[in-house]
Amino acid sequence: MSARDRILAKLKAGAPSTAGDIPDIAGWYARHRTPESSMDKAKRFRHFIELAHAEVHPVARGGWLGKLHEVLAARRIGSLLVAPGTAHGARAQAELPALGIACRDYGQPIESWKAAMFNDTPAALTAGRAAIAETGTLILWPDEHEPRLMSLAPPLHVVLLDSANIYNTFFEATQVEGWKDGLPTNALLISGPSKTADIQQTLAYGAHGPKELVVLMIEENV
Amino acid sequence: MNAPQTPHALHFMPSAGFRARSKAVIDNPFLRQSFRGAMDFLMAKRATQFPDPEELESLRSLGERIRQYNLAKLPDLLVQLESNLTRNGINVHWAETPEEANAIILGICQKHSAKLMVKGKSMVSEEIELNHAAEAAGIGALESDMGEYIVQLAGEKPSHIIMPAIHKTKEEIARLFADKVPGVDYTDNVDELIQIGRRVLRQKFLEADIGLSGVNFAVAETGTLCLVENEGNGRMCTTVPPVHVAITGIEKIVEKLEHVPPLLSLLTRSATGQNISTYLNMISGPRKPGEKDGPTEVHLVLLDNGRTQAYADEQLRKTLQCIRCGACMNHCPVYTRIGGHAYGTTYPGPIGKIVSPHMLGLEATATMATASSLCGACGEVCPVKIPIPDLLVRLREEAFSAPRADPAMRGQGAGYSALVSALWRGWAAVYRSPALYGVATWLGSRFAWLMPANQGPWTSVRVPLKPAPRRLRDMVKDRK
Repeated sequence: MSARDRILAKLKAGAPSTAGDIPDIAGWYARHRTPESSMDKAKRFRHFIELAHAEVHPVARGGWLGKLHEVLAARRIGSLLVAPGTAHGARAQAELPALGIACRDYGQPIESWKAAMFNDTPAALTAGRAAIAETGTLILWPDEHEPRLMSLAPPLHVVLLDSANIYNTFFEATQVEGWKDGLPTNALLISGPSKTADIQQTLAYGAHGPKELVVLMIEENV
Repeated sequence: MNAPQTPHALHFMPSAGFRARSKAVIDNPFLRQSFRGAMDFLMAKRATQFPDPEELESLRSLGERIRQYNLAKLPDLLVQLESNLTRNGINVHWAETPEEANAIILGICQKHSAKLMVKGKSMVSEEIELNHAAEAAGIGALESDMGEYIVQLAGEKPSHIIMPAIHKTKEEIARLFADKVPGVDYTDNVDELIQIGRRVLRQKFLEADIGLSGVNFAVAETGTLCLVENEGNGRMCTTVPPVHVAITGIEKIVEKLEHVPPLLSLLTRSATGQNISTYLNMISGPRKPGEKDGPTEVHLVLLDNGRTQAYADEQLRKTLQCIRCGACMNHCPVYTRIGGHAYGTTYPGPIGKIVSPHMLGLEATATMATASSLCGACGEVCPVKIPIPDLLVRLREEAFSAPRADPAMRGQGAGYSALVSALWRGWAAVYRSPALYGVATWLGSRFAWLMPANQGPWTSVRVPLKPAPRRLRDMVKDRK
């Protein structure tokens, strides 16, 4: 018998006859989390992600590029990793070089430029798929255009988020978007720049991932 | 039930000598201050996350129901998880013992001629002492969580399951870095220390052949591994090296994705008082064709190591509800005074006391459950309502009762003493019978002079006990 069969046999011999009531997750959220207006959700999202040390800039639908340039210029950052296969990446690539920001794209699989990604990529721009108001959380589904490391390796991560895509709770996001029927190889919740309190409970930002997280939040009435 | 076996040989820190190690910490005012300060901080942070007692209670009840429901279906869920992970391209391995788990992981390393493994925080990898097994096999195993990196540099084990270096002051860490990290001068500025760690470890993420991680929740219906963290090192370990190996105990399975949000909320709020961690990293497969990063190979090792023993008993099964938040140790008056290393086990504190006997056998852990005042704080804060105090009483009974045939636990009766047992039986008889009690107290009052001056631990800090010359019942009789 294999380790697998022995473990399963022991568990089957020890299992209770019934699993009891099915946990009522939807019921709990319905009782404890009231629906909110889009404006309230945007406000709450911003409040919590700012508490976690992220920077949020409300922008008009067409006006995010100017703000992005401002954010980079303020930090004297001259190059940005973008995804030309996305609408926002293509726009950044088309307009930023004229403003003095060089744009590079992911191009090749990471193996061919790992060291450059880690040592020579000061900032990256990605979209946020959606967000969660309750905890101030961004949802990212990395893909072939915006791979996993874009939101992890560069010290500055700029996220473009449409405030129309903010859910009240993580539970609501997974339900409405039907996550159980198809998840990407890697799905991420991100709630601020990377941090640690492992030395004497003193909070320090920029542990292993981004030192700064900037959200450009598209709002209709900006 | 198997015959009792000798506990397997994990001797990095022997669990004997619990009492001596506890005393050493109690005698060290600096360590006591470290732990007291840290636990007060963590308790206050948790309290701010649960302002509404009704919400807390109903969420704990939901968490308990989710864990019990999933444990009840565990054998089926493991099969479902295996089949969905396999469909997603993740290789599943099963290990009954730490030795088997190490052999599986080192086998994967050897297949890839790996020289360096970078590790995200994983208590299960501590449980199997993977770093030592890797070292023996000539493979570097480097911890990348800042706290774990610090304790590894110091040649120690974590003293807390969430905050591994909680016993160290920043000055100690500053000296450690200056001594052990090449080219680093002494600085006790926390930001600078963290940036030193970041610089060293980023280079290692680039070089590593294997990334190892734990798992917080494994979702059966989707075949997904969920990892909770703040630093981003876990994401580095599961993204940068070409091979990712995850290891988890067989109990960390949930059937449905919808079980994750409430458990995640309970976990981060109870553990560090955060409404959510910086990252939730959900992995459902290796890099797909067309994707440009992520490991090309992903493995999951499912470890038993005594968990099936706890599972077989209705009461002891509740031990497996644990989501490893550490709130029980943060609120434990014993842990706060003696810290994590005194226990000598991978998992310290109240959860360590109820889970370690299944992993190591009661032979090695008989006295652990006695290191409790049964104040009940651990049970009150447990986010999934594990009745820890009841389990401590049960484990005392298992450890100190006379050896039985077909015991529920390996090492049952390991702490049994015929003399102590007879003394307690005598004590019970005396206190049940008024006549016997009268005789005993009469003898006590007459022969009080026989009481020794040295009464062991009692007289180490107190005056000797001595029965009064006249009994209470005599004085009551006088008043009539």
